[in-house]
Amino acid sequence: MNKKSFHKPKWTPNLEAPAVQLVDLGFSYGKEPFIENFSESFDRGSVTAIVGPNGCGKSTLVKLMDGLMRAQQGEVLIEGISTQIMTSRQRARRMAVLVQAVRPPVMSVYDLVACGRYPYHGHQGNLDSTDREKVEEAIVMAGIERFRNHDLRRLSGGERQKAFIAMVLAQDTSIVVLDEPTTYLDIKACHDLMTLITRLNTEMSKTIIMVIHDLDLALRYSSRMLVMNKGQNVLHGTVAEVLESGALESVFKMQIKQYSTEEGTAHILFPH
Amino acid sequence: MISRSRKFTISVAAVVSLVVAAAAACVVGSTAVGLPDIIALITGGDISDPARNILINVRIPRVAAALLAGSALAVAGVLIQGVLDNPLASPNIIGINAGAGFFVLLSASVLPHLLWLPQIAAFVGALISAAFIFAIAMSAKSSRLTVVLAGIAITAIFGAGMNTILIVDPAAYVASSTFLVGGFHSGLRFDQLVGPAITILPGILLAIAVAGKLNIMMLGDQTAHSLGMNVARTRLLLLGLASLLAGAAVSIAGLLSFVGLIIPHLMRFLVGHDNRIVAPLSAVTGAAFVVACDMLARVMFSPYEIQVGIIMAFLGGPFFIYLILKNRRGLGVKGE
Repeated sequence: MNKKSFHKPKWTPNLEAPAVQLVDLGFSYGKEPFIENFSESFDRGSVTAIVGPNGCGKSTLVKLMDGLMRAQQGEVLIEGISTQIMTSRQRARRMAVLVQAVRPPVMSVYDLVACGRYPYHGHQGNLDSTDREKVEEAIVMAGIERFRNHDLRRLSGGERQKAFIAMVLAQDTSIVVLDEPTTYLDIKACHDLMTLITRLNTEMSKTIIMVIHDLDLALRYSSRMLVMNKGQNVLHGTVAEVLESGALESVFKMQIKQYSTEEGTAHILFPH
Repeated sequence: MISRSRKFTISVAAVVSLVVAAAAACVVGSTAVGLPDIIALITGGDISDPARNILINVRIPRVAAALLAGSALAVAGVLIQGVLDNPLASPNIIGINAGAGFFVLLSASVLPHLLWLPQIAAFVGALISAAFIFAIAMSAKSSRLTVVLAGIAITAIFGAGMNTILIVDPAAYVASSTFLVGGFHSGLRFDQLVGPAITILPGILLAIAVAGKLNIMMLGDQTAHSLGMNVARTRLLLLGLASLLAGAAVSIAGLLSFVGLIIPHLMRFLVGHDNRIVAPLSAVTGAAFVVACDMLARVMFSPYEIQVGIIMAFLGGPFFIYLILKNRRGLGVKGE
């Protein structure tokens, strides 16, 4: 299977193009269109939070981005290249996706992180020295050296998510997409994880796109926000622009109050 | 997690038990053949004609058949459990054995003169059942439990088919009693093993080579996809491979159950869930297990010979219950 990717031309990433571009995407689960004429672009080096009420199509959008589901219309460009003309491995070397928390596999932390090297191998076989180096770097970056030989199932939710982040890091991509990374985590673990995710951006200049449920976390840790509602792209802008517009208030039917103290700024939400 | 040295020890123990079981199965039987005779046969030394005759025409073909069937079923179990992400799956539970069995009986009943047909029929039946299961597993919202329930239904349907053939064509039963319980014919010849062997041996090597893909699948479809795996295609190929192995095993050993379920579980219990280790170890241990059980089946009620399938159910059933109780977490069975 590896051979196949050699036959395809090697793409030189177009450094001018946005990290990810969604061009006129259309998708439906049944007859009713669910996502229609959805266009958006995510700049290199940005941290974008995708927010919106339940069932607004956030996770569907992630699945369309990484090709798990095929858009009936439009296309996804990664670094200026359509995913339709990439092999799955070529795509996996550019964009890593941390999916919503699932039943943890019976695996050690190290083995999980090593799975991140799959796009570079025919099958998850023996790691070469580059692979081992990347796995090691990822484990250190995620701060999970202590757990490297632990069974994933024995870790706390927060530690486990860090192990999954390390797997995504081992994939060595410039773009990282995360689908609700903080689900089921307690408040401290949420903030630890979000801090780690922002460090991927500041220290490793990765482009981060994350679907996030908790508005306070989204407002605190991202530089840009994409507000979705009912499969529509409501607004995409900097956090300040989005707050200014009142889009969040109208979509979530909540009132947002900003409180600034010495410790920083927090957002508190009140139901209408 | 399980240490490397333990994995190594268990691997060595598995290989040793296979060699011991195979040697013992060659020696034990109604006619005395000694270990020196086997060594003489291998090294070209001095061996009496009756001993040589027994070994070459009776014991060794039988041991070879048990080896092939045992390793094929155990590896098919590893593949199926991995591909369907279901610890309850195995060739007999999800209906692959029953499908193969039905087509073998059908061919034996309708076209009894075509002696090569049952083997092909076993493959076809195994593949048809596997395709059903695959379609059900792929359809939306089918949980791991659904797949097992569907397998039970498929087993029942093909089982009804088999019973119908046996009633309509009672003559088929004479030849098929061993087949239905799972076991080997005493008149087994080497040339009957050629077809299954050229399927099983490369099949097992291929399965071991791609076992790492099963580890990626353990992460779930979406993650496997995002890591660059073509999940549907990989699943189809691995399930096809499992069907070939199970079909080939059924064509020589009949409806042998339990090996495909119990051996992968035993190996995971001993060495953990890394399929790159579980697959080869299951091949070795599955072979040793069937060879040993078949030897017991031959001598336990001597001069009567019972079918290996019976012994296996007697030994395997309680042992499996023990494993379940001892290691409830390790089976990874959780609510849907």
